Amino acid sequence: MKKPRNVFHKLTFGAVLSLALTSTATVRAEDTIKVGVLHSLSGTMAISETTLKDTMLMLIDAQNKKGGLLGKKLEAVVVDPASNWPLFAEKARELLTKDKVAAIFGCWTSVSRKSVLPVVEELNGILFYPVQYEGEESSRNVFYTGAAPNQQAIPAVDYLMNDLKVQRWVLAGTDYVYPRTTNKILEAYLKSKGVKDKDIMTNYTPFGHSDWQSIVADIKKFGSAGKKTAVVSTVNGDANVPFYKELGNQGVSAENIPVVAFSVGEEELSGMDTKPLVGHLAAWNYFMSVDTTKNAAFIEQWHNFIKNPKRVTNDPMEAHYIGFNMWVKAVEKAGSTNTDAVQKAIIGLEFPNLTGGVAKMLPNHHISKPVLIGEIQEDGQFVTVWQTNKVIDGEAWSDYLPESKPIIADWTPPINCGNFNTLTKKCSGQNY
Amino acid sequence: MVITWVLRVLLLMYAISVPAQTQDAFSQALEQIRTGSMGEREQAIETLASDSRALPIFDAWLNGNLFEFKAESRLVIVTESPMGYHLTDASSGLALTEVDRNAVGKINLTNRLRSSLRKAIARLQLDAVDADTRLAAVNTIAKDIDDTGLALLRTHLIDESNLAVRVAIEHIVLLNDIDSSDKATRIAAINALKDHDNRNVANRLRALTEKNADGNYLETDGDVRNLAIAALTRINNRLQVYAAIETVFFGLSLGAVLVLALIGLAITFGVMGVINMAHGELMMLGAYTTFVMQQLLPDSLGWALILSIPMAFIVAALVGIGIERGIIRFLYGRPLETLLATFGVSLFLQQAVRSIFSPLNRSVATPTWMSGSWQINDFLSLTWNRFYILIFCLLVFTALLQLLKRTRLGLEVRAVAQNRGMARAMGIPGSRVDAMTFGLGSGIAGVAGVALSQITNVGPNLGQAYIVDSFMVVVFGGVGNLFGTLVAGFSLGIANKVLEPYVGAVLAKILVLVFIILFIQKKPRGLFPQKGRAADG
Repeated sequence: MKKPRNVFHKLTFGAVLSLALTSTATVRAEDTIKVGVLHSLSGTMAISETTLKDTMLMLIDAQNKKGGLLGKKLEAVVVDPASNWPLFAEKARELLTKDKVAAIFGCWTSVSRKSVLPVVEELNGILFYPVQYEGEESSRNVFYTGAAPNQQAIPAVDYLMNDLKVQRWVLAGTDYVYPRTTNKILEAYLKSKGVKDKDIMTNYTPFGHSDWQSIVADIKKFGSAGKKTAVVSTVNGDANVPFYKELGNQGVSAENIPVVAFSVGEEELSGMDTKPLVGHLAAWNYFMSVDTTKNAAFIEQWHNFIKNPKRVTNDPMEAHYIGFNMWVKAVEKAGSTNTDAVQKAIIGLEFPNLTGGVAKMLPNHHISKPVLIGEIQEDGQFVTVWQTNKVIDGEAWSDYLPESKPIIADWTPPINCGNFNTLTKKCSGQNY
Repeated sequence: MVITWVLRVLLLMYAISVPAQTQDAFSQALEQIRTGSMGEREQAIETLASDSRALPIFDAWLNGNLFEFKAESRLVIVTESPMGYHLTDASSGLALTEVDRNAVGKINLTNRLRSSLRKAIARLQLDAVDADTRLAAVNTIAKDIDDTGLALLRTHLIDESNLAVRVAIEHIVLLNDIDSSDKATRIAAINALKDHDNRNVANRLRALTEKNADGNYLETDGDVRNLAIAALTRINNRLQVYAAIETVFFGLSLGAVLVLALIGLAITFGVMGVINMAHGELMMLGAYTTFVMQQLLPDSLGWALILSIPMAFIVAALVGIGIERGIIRFLYGRPLETLLATFGVSLFLQQAVRSIFSPLNRSVATPTWMSGSWQINDFLSLTWNRFYILIFCLLVFTALLQLLKRTRLGLEVRAVAQNRGMARAMGIPGSRVDAMTFGLGSGIAGVAGVALSQITNVGPNLGQAYIVDSFMVVVFGGVGNLFGTLVAGFSLGIANKVLEPYVGAVLAKILVLVFIILFIQKKPRGLFPQKGRAADG
């Protein structure tokens, strides 16, 4: 008779324990506001996303030192979706149902965002997404604080076309949704500017591609036809290192054929041998090298928090900085963390960005940003060679794709839709 | 009264300003370089372009050695020193103090400035004493030629004594003659140029054969056009030959990387029959060894790389022997368990590297003798790093083959591989040979890692990228056959590179994979199956 009693004991103990745990959790939930941080801390994306997790911890810490929010302390709930796309959805569900977070800051790749999207819509959560992306989306529950194509890719092409007089174009990318969509938009844009088919070369490579010999040789051949050529690169992550190395080895210099990249920032450069990259370009909305007092203060805050003066700051970090502060202002304005109230309050809010302009949350849930084009220097920093003279409003739907040209996103009444067709005056059933 | 006064003052100002201006144009331009915007810097380069005093400054700037000495607000040229930098005043060339790195700020450059600088340097160097420098200068000017450049070259040609430089300049002048108004000159120019492997020639000739929107030729002179078409055809034929050579080279070098990666696998998997999923991670260890060696010897990257070859071999071999003694020897004859256990080891090694070196990729520098390419002519160049890796691969392969064929260890390895029981009966210590063989295979993986560090990322995931390909090629080549591995690696590399231009990198890989699957269906033992009793064991 010993065994059953033991089981019974264990059961009661377990029940008491779980009761105790839930009660403490409810007590704590009353005096803190929880903020979910959904960034991969392991796996392939950990390289980029760990920094964003630390940025969020720093911002929350700073806000708490200022007295918290609505008289309560903020509490970060950090989860690790491990670069595993379906796990992103599971972790988002966990954050919203179990931890009852007021907002989630997270995701990096588009595929992880697409995986979280149905969850935040179903449970009516809020997601702040800090990375430049391909557009063609606007969800009621997502705020896109990174660049849309018209805030990064299109201005970069304009710069190449007008300032560097580029006539032939290589669109090179990794084979997944972001490069494919971006290149589709760019191709349509280039053709609208009168660039002929034979002057555009498109090329896709698998993730982590390391043998660039024949592709670079092709680019070289393509670029030696006597017209100025540039490469628009949406090559993502690791594959960039062998790509630039091969360009350098085959004698393709930034002066002959410049490469403008949309995924190479300060953080990525810190792990690369920068010699073959010097002079190549990148388009972002923020550079660590931009000389403003706000930026200097931000860099100092980051170095103090991370306790390493060698760490760099980058564009998605600024996006989180803007997104988090906008959310704080929206919660203060609404007087609650209720999703609907925050969504209503945040539209139209303004917050100064780090490079000297003002970011504004637009009705399509994107923000206004300046566009900067920089040349890579040997120390892994950028020298700004061109920038827009004012901030540019993010467009959810590209004007250069025929199917999305008539579509707009507007989350204010009377439209209240992320996918509104201005010709048929209808909101598509799909709400993102 | 007032007027004379004003005139006097004006005259005085003029008298002061004019000599001051001519005297100080140089230092003013330097000041512009130090504090000005990118546009002003470009102006300054133009101002200094004909001043030979500017040459060392331009040179230093282009090489990233031009700094601002913040405390004294002056432009300095720096050379690295143990404490930081030795400073030399840019305008006077006098040596200044030695300061630490924070006391100076680099004068940044953009592409525009870089090409202006290169042009200015080339024009200044046209009068250099050394003929090679002059030749290089002529070639730089030729890259982006304009009327000023052409005029400069034409005047220079009169006094030029060196033959090679003369030929180069004459070549450029001829190229320009194609657009001359005199028909005879044009025809002579095309005839003279048609055997040159030169991109500019090809582009000029192509321009002569182009049609406008209405389908009419842009070039109205029929004789010139036909001559140009004939010359272009000849050039294109040569181009095709070069392209074929290039493809074969690309294929061989891709194959060389594969062969290096899997030659160790051919021993552990092929000879011993152990499926070692941690093989890729042993390569990763080799690559990290290179990184560590470069950290230890930051001033001599080339030596660090050469020394890392034996170091990587030792590190990887020791880890390999550890794995064999600690795990694999208990699992001989149980392939599934071996696979799972070594997969666990691979995860363990990856995480260990993440904890020690951070999850970020580490940057391994390429020594100068391995970067750049061997320019055979304007159309054909072979990159040095691939070239060295190809040779290195062949050396490693030969050494391994000799080791297995000529040494006692090789004999014992082959004996144990063929028949373990019989070998033991003959007095060969089976378990010691197993450990040595596994160590050998692992060590070679480490050496492969050194080569990989030169062409790809050094990060915790380095090994994973190669492991699948490697198993594939070993099976394709015939398990247990080193020579088969070599042939399989090279032929798959070439097949991949031949397909790539037509179908793209993604599809090329898929097609090769499909081919291997079909091939193994037909010939399960690979290209070169082992014969005899050992094959049935």
